[in-house]
Amino acid sequence: MNAILNRYKRIHWLSGIALIIALVLSLPILVVTSSLFGGFGPTLAHLIDTVLSDYVINSLLLLLGVSVGVLLIGVPTAWLTSVCEFKGKTLFTWALLLPLAVPAYIVAYTYTGILDYAGPVQNTIRELSGLNYGEYYFFEVRSLGGAITMLTLVLYPYVYLLARAAFLEQSSNVLEVCRTLGYSRKQAFWRLSLPMARPAIIAGLTLALMETLADFGTVQYFGISTFTTGIYRTFYGLGDPTAASQLASILLTFVAFLIILERYSRRQHRYHSSSEQRPASALIQLSKKQSCWAWIVCLIPICFGFLIPASVLSYWSITQASFDGQQFIGLAWNSLYLAFSAAIVAVLLSLLLVYAKRIKSTALVVSANTVVGLGYALPGTIIAIGIIIPLAWLDHRIIEFVDHYFKIDVGLVLSGSLFALLFAYTVRFLAVSMGAVQTGFDKIKPNIDNSARSLGHTNLQVIGKIHFPLMRGSMLTALLIVFVDVLKELPATLILRPFNFNTLAVHAYELASDERLIDAAPASIMIVAVGLLPVILLSRSISNSRAQKAL
Amino acid sequence: MSNMRKTTIKLATISLLLTCNIAQASSEVNVYSARKEALIKPLLDKFEQSTGITVNLITGKADALLQRIRIEGKASPADIFITVDAGRLQRAKEAGILQAIDSEILNANIPQNLRDSDNLWFGLSQRARTIFYSKANVNPSQLTSYEDLADKKWRGRICLRSSNNIYNQSLVASMIDNIGAEKTLTWATALVNNIAKPPAGGDTDQLKAVAAGVCDITISNTYYFGRLMNSDKADDKKVVEKVGLFWPNQNDRGVHMNVSGAGVTKYARHKDNAIKLIEFMTSAESQAWYAAVNSEFPVLETAPVSKALTSWGSFKADSIALNKLGENNRQAVELMDKAGWK
Repeated sequence: MNAILNRYKRIHWLSGIALIIALVLSLPILVVTSSLFGGFGPTLAHLIDTVLSDYVINSLLLLLGVSVGVLLIGVPTAWLTSVCEFKGKTLFTWALLLPLAVPAYIVAYTYTGILDYAGPVQNTIRELSGLNYGEYYFFEVRSLGGAITMLTLVLYPYVYLLARAAFLEQSSNVLEVCRTLGYSRKQAFWRLSLPMARPAIIAGLTLALMETLADFGTVQYFGISTFTTGIYRTFYGLGDPTAASQLASILLTFVAFLIILERYSRRQHRYHSSSEQRPASALIQLSKKQSCWAWIVCLIPICFGFLIPASVLSYWSITQASFDGQQFIGLAWNSLYLAFSAAIVAVLLSLLLVYAKRIKSTALVVSANTVVGLGYALPGTIIAIGIIIPLAWLDHRIIEFVDHYFKIDVGLVLSGSLFALLFAYTVRFLAVSMGAVQTGFDKIKPNIDNSARSLGHTNLQVIGKIHFPLMRGSMLTALLIVFVDVLKELPATLILRPFNFNTLAVHAYELASDERLIDAAPASIMIVAVGLLPVILLSRSISNSRAQKAL
Repeated sequence: MSNMRKTTIKLATISLLLTCNIAQASSEVNVYSARKEALIKPLLDKFEQSTGITVNLITGKADALLQRIRIEGKASPADIFITVDAGRLQRAKEAGILQAIDSEILNANIPQNLRDSDNLWFGLSQRARTIFYSKANVNPSQLTSYEDLADKKWRGRICLRSSNNIYNQSLVASMIDNIGAEKTLTWATALVNNIAKPPAGGDTDQLKAVAAGVCDITISNTYYFGRLMNSDKADDKKVVEKVGLFWPNQNDRGVHMNVSGAGVTKYARHKDNAIKLIEFMTSAESQAWYAAVNSEFPVLETAPVSKALTSWGSFKADSIALNKLGENNRQAVELMDKAGWK
C-alpha cells in the first residue's frame, strides 16, 4: 500500500515539474495570443477589405503544394532506403538528409541567381539564340510554383527521416504474415506498411508544414504575399504590432485546429510494434532495372536540394566573393555552440515533457504539450517579441529588487543575453524534438514500463535502463534536427542576440538583404558545412544504434 | 535550508549581478542599428580609434529593434537608435523612445529639413529614389515625372519592387503629401496596371531586369546603381551600360529623398558618448565615407562626393519635411493595398 502511494506521489512530482516547464515555455505564445483579447483595431478591417483573402489563398496553396512535394519525395525515398536492398543504398541513406543543412531562403537566392532573367542560363539562351526576353519560353523562378519547389527541396528530409524510422521499425514478421495471407507486396505496402507508418509520416509532414507557414525569407524574396508576409507587413508597414500579433494568433489557431483534427482522426489507433530489426533476408532485393529507378528517385532530391545549390555557392565563394577568414572562424564557433547547447536543452526538456505525458496523460499535460509545440509555426520575429516581453518584465523586477535592497543598478540581466536566445530556440524548436522523442516513446509498449515497475524499478530507473537505450536513435534524430534548425534560424537570433554577437546565419542574411548575394555565399556555404558534419555523424550513429539493437 | 547556505546563495547572486554592472560602467556607447553591419561598422571602428570609447553594436530590423527598446524601457542598454529611413525615425519619435539633443555641431552640419523639428532625430545620409530607363528602348525626353509613369504609353513596360519595401512606402507617402491621397491612389492603380511582371526581388534586381529587357522603366534608390558602377564584375558593368538614370519632377517638387539617421534614446546611460558618436558621423570625413562606400548623398553640404555621384549631375531634391514620410506611412501602405500593388 505504501509503495503504491509513493509511486503516485512521484508521478505527481514529475508531472508538476513538467507542467511548470510547459507553462514557462508557453509564455511567449500566450503573450502573443493575449493580443486577441485587446480588441480589434481598424487595421484588421482594412486587411479583410483588401488583401487578407490573397494571403489566405496563397498560404493554403503553398501548404498544399509543399505537402504533395514532401510526401512524393520523402515517403518513396524512405521506403527504398529502409525496405529495399540496392547498390549505393548506404550512401543515399545519409545523403538524402543533406538538404536539411541548407536554409530555404538560401536555396531560393541561389536558384534565382542562376535561373532568373539576369542569370547565366537565360543570358546564354539570349546570346546563343539572338532572341530577346519574352520571345522564348522560360519558367519564372520567382513564383508560387517556385516557392513550393524551393521549400519542398529543403523540407522533405523531415518526412524522409521520420518515415524511414517508422519503416525500419516495422517488424518483418507482420509483413510476412501479411504475405502468407495472400497479399501481394504492393497490397502489403498500401494496406499495412503505409498505414502503420502513417503517424510518423504525418509527424514529418506537420513539421514541414509548420516551417512552411513560418517561412518569410523565401516567399518575401519571390514576391508572394502569404499570411506570414502579411504579419510582417502589418508590423513593419502599417506599424501595428498588436494587429500583427492578432494575425499570428489566428495562424496559431489554424495550426492547433489541424493538429487536433489529425489526432482525432487516429484516435482509435495505437501503433506499438515489437521493434526487432528486419533480417537482411527480408529486404526486397531490387533488380538492375529497379535499382536504376531507385537511383533516379534518390538522386533527384539530393541533386536539386543539395549538390546544385552547394556547388553554385562554392563557385561564387571561390571566384567572386570577398571574405575574412578570421572573422569566419568566430562566426562558425558562435553558430556551432549555440546550436549545440540549444539542441541539448530542447531534447532534455522534450524527454521530460513527453515522459510526463506517458506516465500520466491528463488533459492538462496534453494541452500544455500541444501549446508548447505551436511555437514552430510562429514567425520568428513575433515569437521574439513574445519572449522579450516576459523576460524584460522579470528583469525589471530584478532591477527593482536589487535597487531596493542594495542600491545598485544592475541593468538588464536576462534580456539581451545568450539565455534569451536559448529560451527562444527552445520555444521555437521544441515541437521538432518533442515529435521525434514522442515517436521514440510510442514504439515502446507501455506494458514494458509496467512490467519493469512491477519488478520494483522506479520511474527514473525505467528511463535509464529501458527507455534511453531503446530510444537512442530517436533522441539523436531530435538532437540533429534541432541543431540544424538553430544553425539556420534567423529572425529570433537577429532581434534577441547580445551586443557584438554574430552568427553565420545573421552574417549571410545581412549581406543578402543588402542585395549582395554573391558576398553572402561564403557564409551560406559555411552554414551548410557546419550543419553537414553532425548530419553525417549522427546519421551514422543512428544506424549504429539500430545495428546494435539487432544484435 | 540552513542560514549559512542562504547567505552563500545571496552573495553569489549579488556578485554575479555586480559583475554585470561593472561591465556596463566603462567608457562605451551602445548602438541598436537598422543599418547593416558592413555599412556602419567601419565608421564605428574609426570612432573607437579616435576617441577610445568602445562601441557595442546590435543590428536588426528597425521595427523589431524599436519594439525591443520600448519593452526594455528604462533599463534598455541602447544609447543610439539608427535607422535607414525617416519613416522609422518618426515612428521612434511617436513611440517616445528618443530624447531631444541640443548640439551646435549637429545643427550646423545638418540642414533643417533633414533633422527632426524637435531635435529628436538627425539625418546622417541621403538617398534619392529616382527613375531608371533602358537606353535601348526609351528616349529620356519621354520621361518627365513619377506621375507620368501612370500614363498608358508605359503599359507592360515598368518593373516595380514589392510594396512591402519601405522605400516604395516612403515614395507613396511623399506623394500623398504633395498631390493628395485621392490622386495618389488613382496614380498607384494606373502604375500597377503598367507593370511588366509581378513585383519581386530588390532594387538591384529591378535594374538588372531593365538591362535584360524584361521592362523599360523602373524606380530604384541611386546607391544600388552606384554600387553596380563601382563593381568590377563584368555582368554588373553590362547593366550600367544598358541603364540610364533620370531625375524626375525637376520642374516642380524635385526627386524623392529619404535619409538614414539616428537618435539618442530616452533612457541612454551614455548620453554624452552617444552625442559624440552622432556628431562624429556628421564630420566631413565620415560624410565622405558614406558617399565613397555606399554612394549615398552626404547631409553635410561641404563634404566631398565620389565620382559616381558627380557623374549623375546636380538635381533638384524634394524638400518635404521628412516626418511627413513617417506620418503618412500607414496611409501609404493601405493605399497600395487598395491599388493592388503587391
